[in-house]
Amino acid sequence: MEKIFGRSKGLTDVPFSFCPGCTHGIIMRLIAEVLEELDIIEDTIGVSPVGCAGFSQDFFSCDFVGAAHGRAQAVGTGIKRSLPDKIVFTYQGDGDIAAIGTQHAIHTAARGEKITSIMVNNAIFGMTGGQMAPTTLEGMKTSTSPYGRNIGTNGYPIDLPKLVANLEGAVYVASVSVDSPKNINQAKKAIKKAFQVQQAGLGFAFVSVLSTCPTNWGLTPSDSMKWLRENMMPVYELGELKVAEEVKSL
Amino acid sequence: MEKVLMKGNEIIGEAAIRSGCKLFFGYPITPSTEVIEYLSAQFPKVGGTVVQAEDEIGAINMCYGAACTGNRVMTASSSPGVSLKQEGLSYSAAVGLPMVVVNVNRCGPGLGGLGPAQSDYFQSTKGGGHGDYRLIVLAPSKAQELYDYTMEAFDLADKYRNPVLILSDGFLGQTMEPVVLKERPEAPAFDRSWVVDGAKGREKRVLASYSLTNEIGEANNLKWEAKYKHIQEQEQRWEEFHTEDAEYLLVSYGTTGRICKSTVLNARAKGIKLGLIRPITLWPYPEKAFIPYKEKVKGIVTVELNTGQMIEDVKLAVECKVPVHLYRRQGGMLPTEDEILDFVENKFNLSAVEEV
Repeated sequence: MEKIFGRSKGLTDVPFSFCPGCTHGIIMRLIAEVLEELDIIEDTIGVSPVGCAGFSQDFFSCDFVGAAHGRAQAVGTGIKRSLPDKIVFTYQGDGDIAAIGTQHAIHTAARGEKITSIMVNNAIFGMTGGQMAPTTLEGMKTSTSPYGRNIGTNGYPIDLPKLVANLEGAVYVASVSVDSPKNINQAKKAIKKAFQVQQAGLGFAFVSVLSTCPTNWGLTPSDSMKWLRENMMPVYELGELKVAEEVKSL
Repeated sequence: MEKVLMKGNEIIGEAAIRSGCKLFFGYPITPSTEVIEYLSAQFPKVGGTVVQAEDEIGAINMCYGAACTGNRVMTASSSPGVSLKQEGLSYSAAVGLPMVVVNVNRCGPGLGGLGPAQSDYFQSTKGGGHGDYRLIVLAPSKAQELYDYTMEAFDLADKYRNPVLILSDGFLGQTMEPVVLKERPEAPAFDRSWVVDGAKGREKRVLASYSLTNEIGEANNLKWEAKYKHIQEQEQRWEEFHTEDAEYLLVSYGTTGRICKSTVLNARAKGIKLGLIRPITLWPYPEKAFIPYKEKVKGIVTVELNTGQMIEDVKLAVECKVPVHLYRRQGGMLPTEDEILDFVENKFNLSAVEEV
């Protein structure tokens, strides 16, 4: 029988260890497919963060470096500056890149560092058990905002892709979601472009992917998707937020 | 061989270039800034890269990334900046990354001041960041040693896959002195089978320090411990100055180690049999240096620019068989050779010797 679907070569045979309904698996698969389609698996070095996204180092079939919490983009910068001909990407959660690693998120973009960063935004700290993240929505209950995120005391959620899009060195910034087949296709297109931008050496490319955390949200996988659509999408605008002139011709 | 007059911090930069280092990640802080300034001017001429990072944390993590690729890399900072680097150094030690880190020690705690100090001895030699690890620490005392030890640092880092710290200070960094720019023989070929540079024609590699189970954690700790013990056995370095017949010993490193040489000569002129042990490696601490003397000398004085940090290692090295005293200046102040000698004479009641 003809095999028409299988594991991407960009992934190892290590089974995903994520909770049921978690979208990390979908997002990693999309990246793996992009690495395979662009034929860059052997030229790519990934950087994993701390948190659930950190398991990426086991699942991708390319070389990987594990960074300290928040530092993936600084580590990626060091790798890229040392090996400018290689492809470097970071795979980070929202807690990692938009809180403890914010300074690197801003300056990696400002320098126009020729790497690709993927942020997986589920509006919560997953690995540590569901604490408030910089992306947690107003009123959203977490273990450190048990009465709901109070803007008066906790401030506002950060829309990192919008922030990064303001910086000259960021030439491609997209905000996508993986809640539906249509959006998954859009997400893959954006991820692919973010790697092509790097291949062409045009500057920093950033893709934010809206994601779920059924375990810490306390919802079923299908309710989580619904919650993402109804609550996160109105706050975190989807689409290509920035496509610099030089990227348009790719 | 070229002999030139250079500022201490610039000498470190020049030694890095001549060691084949082409990557520097740093952040300006007095009194270390001339290192990044020098390399910003010189690296472009030799195909090197300098990134002025967003902060010290960014800089050390850029070093971490670059070191993962097996290329030589350096960063330089001064005390408050080095505090920020501790997280990255812990991770670098855990993954086994060769890199050279320079601390041009200024006085502290807190923001402190710009003057020379040795107040980062504990931080440098006992780990510094979280977890149980060690950096190899070299302590130069003059321009030529800034040059020679920087070159040596790159080889040691590669040999042991471990970060190496050069513990300079505000005096050494800012002083201009003659230095011979010796060419270094080709570095030996080091094992590169661990390097992350794209999995072309080989299995993928992962450089990370997470231990999923306690069993893995302990196995890792034992592996690192064995490495540190090996380094302790192999790499203890020190200089002895008039020690062979010494009745009293000074123990001091870096700038004060240098001042102590004058103290020894002045003491000898007065008939006091004083000698000096100048540790070159602060970790591993040169315990072996003390073996011939710990049953023999009448007293030891450590001379330090802190409240007494190295003195603990000296007491351990002599197993408390000899009285060990501390003479120290702090806050950026340096002792004169005479005030050290006065202290020795008073402490051991030696002023009578002069009249003999």
